[in-house]
Amino acid sequence: MESHHAERIPLERASTRSRRASLVSLVGPVTVAAGFVWGILQPHRVTLLHPSGQGFWWLVLEAPLLVAVAGLVFALVVARPLIADLEERDAAAR
Amino acid sequence: MQPHAEMVHWLFATGLLLLGLCLLCEAIVGTEVWRMRRWRAYLWPGLAFALGIAMWPVMALYTNSAIHMYAHGSWAETMMLAGGAELGLVSGRLRSGWWRLAMPLAFVVSGVAFLVHEQNTWLFSRSAFLHHLIGWSLVGTAVFPLGLAFRRRSVGLQTGFALSFFLFAVLLYCDRDVAPIFGHLSPLAGAPHR
Repeated sequence: MESHHAERIPLERASTRSRRASLVSLVGPVTVAAGFVWGILQPHRVTLLHPSGQGFWWLVLEAPLLVAVAGLVFALVVARPLIADLEERDAAAR
Repeated sequence: MQPHAEMVHWLFATGLLLLGLCLLCEAIVGTEVWRMRRWRAYLWPGLAFALGIAMWPVMALYTNSAIHMYAHGSWAETMMLAGGAELGLVSGRLRSGWWRLAMPLAFVVSGVAFLVHEQNTWLFSRSAFLHHLIGWSLVGTAVFPLGLAFRRRSVGLQTGFALSFFLFAVLLYCDRDVAPIFGHLSPLAGAPHR
């Protein structure tokens, strides 16, 4: 019985940690998806879809695309190394 | 050649969204893992400080009244103070935990500035509505950084703190220079340009 418990506790911890890694890996893509869904729901806010006659700023700063870009940058620059660190910590703990 | 005021709001919304994403992930993985890389420890305090710096040109270039100048100036100062205090705490140059009160102070001062500098009623226009809503949201959500000043490891408070930045980002993304709110738009607000 004792050895049974000793094996189960690290497994549960590992499961919790991998759940955290999954959550972190979802944050960026969900943000990107939110930006695209917003663009689909309100296409008039994406001026790239109808660029003629638009000024510089209207073509550069489009709110739904800013959301998608923020999610993409976060996923590549922050989330990726964070997941690597989390998994490294998990491996060291096992 | 200047971008419209609404676009500046969207840019700040993007900064706040990134801030919220960082804080949310720190709440998920825990501060210890988040700070495993030195640059990451400085990331969100640095971003908050940078947003404070970015508020100064807004104060200088988008000032259409004295009250706007005071409001934008107070945001710039308190955001830089809050970001700077967190940077000091992360680097170890500041040791007193009381510096953490700079963040709730920034929330309350920013909220009051929003409420004071919006002189129109809630349903005057979308911009007026959002100013009132953001102002009260800032005052209300100050409870999260205030709680974190005393209970740093509380996951609930950390999550609430992160989600409050998502709320501000969504509200700022909704901003338009002249647009109706729930079908209401005062004739004094002008004609919607898009």
